[in-house]
Order: sequence, then C-alpha cells, then structure tokens
Amino acid sequence: MAQAPELKLAPTPGQTIGPFYGYALPYEKGNELASQAHPRSVRLHGMVYDGNGEAIPDALLEIWQADENGNVVSRDGSLVRDGYTFTGWGRVAVDNVGHYTFTTVNPGATEEGKAPFIMLAVFARGLLNRLFTRIYLPEDTEALARDPLLSSLGEAERATLIAAREDDGSLRFDIRLQGENETVFLSYPRES
Amino acid sequence: MSTETTANESFSDSPVLDPAATTLSQESISQEIADIHAAYRQSVVEGKKAETQPRIDFAPYRSSLLRHPTKNLRHVDPETIELHSPAFGQRDVHALESDLTIQHNGEPIGERIVVAGRVLDGDGRPVAGQLVEIWQANAAGRYIHKRDQHPAPIDPNFTGVGRAITGPNGEYSFTTIKPAPYPWKNHHNAWRPAHIHFSLFGTDFTQRMITQMYFPGDPLFSLDPIYQAITDKEARDRLVASYDHSLTTHEWATGYNWDIVLTGANRTWMEDEEGDH
Repeated sequence: MAQAPELKLAPTPGQTIGPFYGYALPYEKGNELASQAHPRSVRLHGMVYDGNGEAIPDALLEIWQADENGNVVSRDGSLVRDGYTFTGWGRVAVDNVGHYTFTTVNPGATEEGKAPFIMLAVFARGLLNRLFTRIYLPEDTEALARDPLLSSLGEAERATLIAAREDDGSLRFDIRLQGENETVFLSYPRES
Repeated sequence: MSTETTANESFSDSPVLDPAATTLSQESISQEIADIHAAYRQSVVEGKKAETQPRIDFAPYRSSLLRHPTKNLRHVDPETIELHSPAFGQRDVHALESDLTIQHNGEPIGERIVVAGRVLDGDGRPVAGQLVEIWQANAAGRYIHKRDQHPAPIDPNFTGVGRAITGPNGEYSFTTIKPAPYPWKNHHNAWRPAHIHFSLFGTDFTQRMITQMYFPGDPLFSLDPIYQAITDKEARDRLVASYDHSLTTHEWATGYNWDIVLTGANRTWMEDEEGDH
C-alpha cells in the first residue's frame, strides 16, 4: 500500500466522554440495529473490563457494520428507529454491571473471501480518547486465516478479536481495556 | 433527547473514583503534569513528531490508570466498512434541537451564548450533513445526572443536551447557556474548566471522535489533568473556542467560534490508488 498523504490541517484532539453523557447520547432502541422480531436477528453481547478485571459500568459502545449481504448502507434513521430500516450503526451504554447488548444481523463479507467483521468504537470515563477495534465473526475460518490483521497477531491477541458463537446463535465479545487478554485496539492511517 | 433515560442511570452503587486518590493535593498533580510535559518538550527538541492527541496513559488523570491499553495500538489498513460512516439526516434530528434554551417552558438561567463553527476533515474538506451532538453542565456547573452530586442548583429549564446536522459547508450552530466549572474527585479541590462535550462523525467511521470545547482564558486550564493530558500546547489550544463578535447578536447572545478538524479520510486516496493499477 502506498504512503497515506499528509494531513493538511492538524486534527482537533479528542477528550474523554466523561461520566455525564446519559441524557445526551443513549437513546431509545439505540442498540437495535435489527428488530428482535427479525427472523435472522442476532444478539451481540459481552462485558467491558478494566485493568483489574473489574466491570466498567459507564462505558459507551458504538458498532458500524455491513448488512447481511456485505453491503455498506447509507441510510438515515438510526436515531429514530422504525424497526424496518437497517442503518448499520448502533450505540449502547453498558449497564450497571458492565454488560452490553446489541441486536443486529450477521454482517456479510464486504468483498468475496474477506472475513466479515463489525467495527467497534469504545468510549468511557477515564479513557482519554476513543478506541477502535474489530469484532470478527468466527465461522469462516479460511477467511480468518487469510485476514491481514489477524495473521499479524499472536494467538492470544488474535483471540481477542474473534467473537464466540453461543448455542442460541448469539455473538459473545468481551472488551478488556487493559491487562491479561487485553483487547487489540487499532489505529488507522492519517490520524495525525 | 427526552428525559426518560433516567431509569438507565442508577449508578449509585458504582464508585466514581478511588476515594484514596482524592487526598492528593493539586500541587502534587500539577507536578506530575509538569514532569510529563517537560519530558514531552524534550522529546520534541530531540526530533520527535509533535503530538496531536491526548495521551491515553496519563496518570495525573487517575481514572485513566486502569482504563488505558498498555499495548501499542495496532496499525491497520482500513477495509471497506472502515472507509464509510453511518448516515444521519433531518429525519434523525429536528432543527430545534440545536437550541438548548427552548427545551422547557421557561428560559434557562445564565449567560446565553451561540457556539458556531465548521466540521472539517484533515484535508480541510467540509463534513456536510453529519451529526453533531453536545452536552454540558448548566450555568451553576451542574449536570442533569444522578451521579452528579455537586451541590449546585439544577435548572428546571435546562437539560444541557443538543444535536445538529452540519450544513453543506460543514457548519453548525448551537444556542445555549455558558456552562460553569465544577468540582470533581480526581484530587483534593479539583475543578474542571468550563466545557461543552462534542460528539462528531466524519465520512469514515475511523474519524469518529468525542471531545470537549473550552472557553478562552479559563484560569483552570493549567490545573486540569484531562485538558493537560494533551501534552502539546498548540494541540491543547485547538480545543479552545474564540470569542467572535460577528457571532454575537444585538441584545441577545454572545458568540463563540470553534472549528473542528477530524482526522484524515482514507477512502479517497485509497480509491485513487486502486484506480492507478
């Protein structure tokens, strides 16, 4: 890949989301990218932990993903869910014990042979800037084996990015900001 | 946007901060900050690139101790979904949501202000038609939130939450009340500079950011470990709005200008590169 072009303007710094976003950011059905009544709806859920392995009760998570066919959609309506329009984006505040739940669909591969994943952004009090990572679906093991990011990681790190499929079809993905099995977080070109 | 989210916010059993940390003095926190900044300035003198973002590992902000990754972020080339961003529009946000002073039956107390500017990407291109969300304390330094125990008055006419969709040139404008500083428990006698939280989207989801806008000349800047987690002075200055008399309106509100620059979009140059082959 070629070198990314230099930025023309210096980016504005991020800051922590802080503790008091409760009236501003979470909203009704923010975590329902698909209706629970959708025949192929999938629960994506898990915990957010700190460096002591304690649950973080005030993190905010956002996901962004392709639809079941691997198409990236560009549809408004995320903030006023009608129960029918898949917008690909959702937001949820973790609950009092650090657990989160999204209802969504399995994203398809955006290109033939690519490993499907969901993009995740993490915000929390105490976290001075947002973190990004990927939630890979576990099924297509050949595509996972070919994936450039996963291939660059050791086994333990790789495991932090692949969701587990539970018996009821749910995807389980825990986020560890620090410590043992710390989640691999990502940076992208052109951040500075 | 409604006030019906209260049921989701019963955080009363969760410690906001380690109580032991609150015994630390401002002087000791300030010294920690000064030491980190001195080391940073020295590294720049020695040729290191200037930092543009806050450190995520910044011990003077005690809540960060257990909440920052210890491994380096893994650099990755963005793939399709990462080169796009969710879409928002007038369906999502009512035009009146950008006026935080008209959400209740009466006028909120405090200094009415307009905060306006543009959202740009790292190439200087306007980010048009995108969502901007803000939230803030009231004129007494109090948030509408169960965990805010600061004994300052709640204003029944001010929730402190607004939304807007940027215009064709990336422009946004909020009418609100100037927030006050408020105390917090990072250390003894810790006060946050007055600020407005901003949540922003770009054209790639990798540009997603949440930050805080500050007001010029705040005497608390040098004491605040959240603001000072940005080690570079010029980068810190980018979070400070400018007083702008052209935004001030006759007998109505004073005006502040604040432009926001997101990181660089990757879709355009990566697509151009693909086209070259």
